[in-house]
Amino acid sequence: MSIENLIDDFSFLDNWEDKYRYLIELGNQLPHFDDTQKIDQWKISGCQSQVWIIPHFSNSTLSFQGDSDAIIVRGIIAVVLEIFNDKSAQEILDIDVEEIFDKMGLREHITPNRRSGMLSMVDKIKFYAKESLEGKHEHSRVPSEENL
Amino acid sequence: MFDAHIVRKDFPILNRLIDGNKNIYMDTAASAQKPFVLMQKLEKAYMEEYANVHRGSYWLSEVATENYEQARKIAAKFINASSPDSVIFTRSATEGINLVAATYGLENLHEGDEILLSRAEHHANLVTWQQTALKTGARVVYFDLGEDGSFIWENFEKALSKHTKIVAVTAMSNVLGTIFPVEKICTAAHKIGAKVLIDACQFAVHKKIDVQKFDCDFLAFSGHKVYGPTGIGVLYGKYDLLKEMPPYQYGGDMIENVSYEMTTFTLPPARFEAGTPAIVQAIGLGASLEYMMQFDFNEIEKYEEELIKYTTKQLLDIDGLKLFGTANEKGGVFSFAIEGIHPQDLAFILAKEGVAIRTGHFCAQPLVNALGYNSLARASLGIYTTKEDIDDFITALRKAKDFF
Repeated sequence: MSIENLIDDFSFLDNWEDKYRYLIELGNQLPHFDDTQKIDQWKISGCQSQVWIIPHFSNSTLSFQGDSDAIIVRGIIAVVLEIFNDKSAQEILDIDVEEIFDKMGLREHITPNRRSGMLSMVDKIKFYAKESLEGKHEHSRVPSEENL
Repeated sequence: MFDAHIVRKDFPILNRLIDGNKNIYMDTAASAQKPFVLMQKLEKAYMEEYANVHRGSYWLSEVATENYEQARKIAAKFINASSPDSVIFTRSATEGINLVAATYGLENLHEGDEILLSRAEHHANLVTWQQTALKTGARVVYFDLGEDGSFIWENFEKALSKHTKIVAVTAMSNVLGTIFPVEKICTAAHKIGAKVLIDACQFAVHKKIDVQKFDCDFLAFSGHKVYGPTGIGVLYGKYDLLKEMPPYQYGGDMIENVSYEMTTFTLPPARFEAGTPAIVQAIGLGASLEYMMQFDFNEIEKYEEELIKYTTKQLLDIDGLKLFGTANEKGGVFSFAIEGIHPQDLAFILAKEGVAIRTGHFCAQPLVNALGYNSLARASLGIYTTKEDIDDFITALRKAKDFF
């Protein structure tokens, strides 16, 4: 599935209930972390539910895994990962995630608290991208702890 | 006879639509909505009667000062304090508790002393004492509540010791709703020479405060929870204690004489109100407290008791719903979890239905964790909550449940 498909799917659904059901469906498909992955190192602060994002750095691109204990948040994570996965650091930094959520018709349906939670995730992803551009992770799969 | 349907009309915000839905506000325990009389008072204070207080010898300042001091008298009446001089305006209940900890606490707590708290205190009345203990070498001791959240006298009595110097407890838990037997607590604590601070934030919304009957040494509550403005709170202290306490902050309005070398401080309450206070917020709080005092608290309590019974029954009818805090003596807060559904997900759907509930740890993280959760959902009642609100809330809750 590509981000264009997701935008198509979401904008096709014309009421919030169907959009939410779809988010829940995406959330259900997202693989769960095991307990060794649910550690503070990967935890995103500023969310009302628990959220973890793990970055993976390869030569040219970054990818991320994510999980939460709330299902709608898992759905949002699925969308966010679709937006950012397998992109170069520069591409990640250039993405306007709010615009994409707007196109999906999701922006108006996500409460401010939830939005700030979502934006904390995005901030963290962009933080990793920025670090990667600065050459901090050229040879490592995961960032060093002192950078967190 | 008290009628929430009529009371509702005094709160303009309750008539607005949320996303096309009725506004079902079930988060009064976090902050209450505001009656029209408050807005009128604020408008008048800014439009017609505003200047700094306690300073100018001109008409506007005199009127503003009079209104500000009148608000103090109203607050004193609201809690039945013997004198307005015992009423200190603070920024919030949190600041009130911090003030006592930083002045009375730091002066009087020593190594080996104990500060007794319940396990249901919220962060303002927990972290504050924890940190004061670290500074003074005193120790924080906790007493347990019952499984259903009820206050168990033996637990409290056993935890009280000859080392207890301060008992700091809520009068009503913001998570469990449990009402604490404040008067009895004060009597027992005083018998061993300890002072008592009551956190009345939730209690003030639902029940009549009477500091003389309680005989508490300190009592704090916040304005925004009693239908007043944000940024204002009340700290009551017995005057003899206040008089002995050092200032909390330094600045204008709390001094007697200042030279380049030294300063003498004025008497309470001014001693604890350094700088320009939240003038209009205090005046607004006065209006809100007067608004509350027009009702007979016994009638409010009776009405709420029925609403609590009704809500409890409706909630427990929902499959997989677990309610925390079912003590006989409880106020209108309902913390709950539904099996297999994260509270945030619930709140998400409820929000779309116009229903406002709180989720998380309600600034009482240790208690919520002790119940076995990271996060709970909480619905709470105000004087404007009707049976129809409860029905709409329950309908939305059932709908949300079907989502997952």
